[in-house]
Amino acid sequence: MADDYILQVKDLKKYFPIKGGMLSRVVGQVKAVDGVTFNLKRGQTMGLVGESGCGKTTTGRVILRLYKEKTGGDVLFEGKEVYDLNAKQMRDMRTQMQIIFQDPFSSLSPRLPVGEIIGEAVREHGLVTKAEYDDYVDKVMDDCGLQSFQKERYPHEFSGGQRQRICIARALALNPKFVVCDEPVSALDVSIQAQIINLLKELQEKRGLTYLFISHDLSVVEHISDMVGVMYLGNLVEYGRKEDIFDHPAHPYTKALFSAIPVPDPSSKMKRIVLEGSIPSPANPPSGCKFHTRCKNCMKRCMEEAPVQKEIAPGHYVVCHLYDN
Amino acid sequence: MAKKREDGYLSGREARRIQKENRRIINEFEKKRKRKNVPESEYLTTMHDPNNAVEFDDLHTFFFTDSGTVHSVDGVTFSVPIGKTVGVVGESGCGKSVTSLSLMQLVQRPQGQIVSGQIRLNLGDKAYEISKVPQEKMQSIRGNVVSMIFQEPMTSLNPVFRIGDQVDEVIALHDGEGKTKEEIKKRTIEALEMVGIANSEGVYRMFPHELSGGMRQRVMIAMSLACSPRVIIADEPTTALDVTIQAQILDLLRNLKDRINSSIMLITHDLGVIAEMADYVVVMYAGRVVEQGTAEDIFYHPAHPYTMGLMASKPVVGKHVEQLYSIPGKVPNPVNMPDYCYFRDRCEMCVKECEGAYPGMISLSDTHKVSCYRFLDEHRAEAEDPDRMPEAVREMMDAMKKLHADNAAHAAGSDAEREV
Repeated sequence: MADDYILQVKDLKKYFPIKGGMLSRVVGQVKAVDGVTFNLKRGQTMGLVGESGCGKTTTGRVILRLYKEKTGGDVLFEGKEVYDLNAKQMRDMRTQMQIIFQDPFSSLSPRLPVGEIIGEAVREHGLVTKAEYDDYVDKVMDDCGLQSFQKERYPHEFSGGQRQRICIARALALNPKFVVCDEPVSALDVSIQAQIINLLKELQEKRGLTYLFISHDLSVVEHISDMVGVMYLGNLVEYGRKEDIFDHPAHPYTKALFSAIPVPDPSSKMKRIVLEGSIPSPANPPSGCKFHTRCKNCMKRCMEEAPVQKEIAPGHYVVCHLYDN
Repeated sequence: MAKKREDGYLSGREARRIQKENRRIINEFEKKRKRKNVPESEYLTTMHDPNNAVEFDDLHTFFFTDSGTVHSVDGVTFSVPIGKTVGVVGESGCGKSVTSLSLMQLVQRPQGQIVSGQIRLNLGDKAYEISKVPQEKMQSIRGNVVSMIFQEPMTSLNPVFRIGDQVDEVIALHDGEGKTKEEIKKRTIEALEMVGIANSEGVYRMFPHELSGGMRQRVMIAMSLACSPRVIIADEPTTALDVTIQAQILDLLRNLKDRINSSIMLITHDLGVIAEMADYVVVMYAGRVVEQGTAEDIFYHPAHPYTMGLMASKPVVGKHVEQLYSIPGKVPNPVNMPDYCYFRDRCEMCVKECEGAYPGMISLSDTHKVSCYRFLDEHRAEAEDPDRMPEAVREMMDAMKKLHADNAAHAAGSDAEREV
């Protein structure tokens, strides 16, 4: 059973210290990720949604070990704890896990030609022989909808959509099994968005990729994901199959979030739950359930006791006191 | 003369020629601008329809750049009725922001100039032709009669002044004659309370960095509504915000608009926001209006292939499609626009007239207009025949219809459910 899962995340925590005072002592902690648990099957896409500052991006980065250490929990990639690997093993592991960053305008080096951006890591990891190298880069570019004559060009010569293709090509050149897509379409126009989303789906089918798709755009997540996780202030408050989450949202936050999506239909005006206030500071989160300050169904218990993850339907997990019995 | 290459390469001689030409044109415009003591009669005009707050009439705003003239706004005609919300949709670079900046006279001068056309602004007892209003007069209109909510609340508030000072300034400038500091402060606090800031006395003394994105956007709105303007331009007011905060801000805008009875010109690329807010919709593509109508016209009977493509390419919760439609090709180079329909090269529904000049506006109903040859009388039947549309577009239309029906059916039932 466990072999099915390419990624298992158990109670993952990542705190960042707040330093202050003259000796820059640690005076507090920002609990960016505070207990995230989910499993991801091979070839599936997990969408991670939530407001800005809820820890989506940090989750993605902690999983890839882009920070030196995590605060707690386990990240098992194909059954192996990522943080237990030594430098050499980690280097090999890097080819298996890749990331596509949000902003295609700042994540590409302006001084390297596109062919080099895409091929650098391939050469560095010695994935193909010298003789095959050129053809390999051409093929990757072709897969991502770029043409091989563009190899000599520099990033500034490309439009936003093209740059995002370069980012995708760079990530896929290493032939990874697992890709974290951190808001890959947020900086793009609607019609370009559609091209990139279609490309990501097509590549997934072709190469059997597994995605962790981080986005605040719920409609994009609904389109691309098999599984969906909803985060609030460092917690994964609800997680399950896409159909379960979108058709039967259980957590009050998920309900509010979904009702806030603007629907392109003029007749569906004015039917939403407007959340009062804004997201509390993760440095000083509320006691008990972190959502209780904005929750309509808040009970006395919610203020004192933090809820735990419960399975309310097969594969549908929620963290809320409402579902205790 | 050097050959014109596809990738926009210019020879040195060519570039110098363009620069010289630009200088000549710009100087002419600037000379006109800089005249002192322009009599009011020169920019006084009458509204074509007194129920409109703003009328754009064949507006052309060009940028004279060193690589050629960019026709950012190329013959835009639409109007904003009093008390209504007009949504302007389009992708980046389609000229929607430049249209609104022209109304504020905030186009980057000297290279950006309103070349021709009229913008008529209704001031109640009289109307001004904005493109001719002199600088000093414009200062009393800007922020007072027409005000703007900018896209990024992070960068459009001054980081070194307190919130209170920044809002005070607007009121003192436009409405502060004979008022003491305390009176102005009282007005500011009222404005802050109006946009739903609970701790208004505290926020008055805060600096922008102490507020969250949603709060900053509220301050921006308070600032722009402080003088009860007749027209509010909201340029992507919620793009930088989260969905839950977006919902709050949209609600707020809608309520405030009704309270001070002003018109909103809402600029966004999010069709969802448009559907929720707008009474009328204007779709822009490459500097031109390709389709306009009421929200119902545009969303239930989109006519222009670009509008359809735009809708089909946006994933919608509850609308299940296998693959998203993506409009083939890309926007033409703004420096040398083709002389035929700008969308022809990307269009999958061309008819034989598309070979000809840019199509004019064709009225489909009293409110609905489209600029497309498919709606000439002889093609009309075909254009409305779903079998001739690309598959993805047809799928989208069906999905929209289904979604619409679902929503209608749910409307009654789900209200109660969602309340829980």
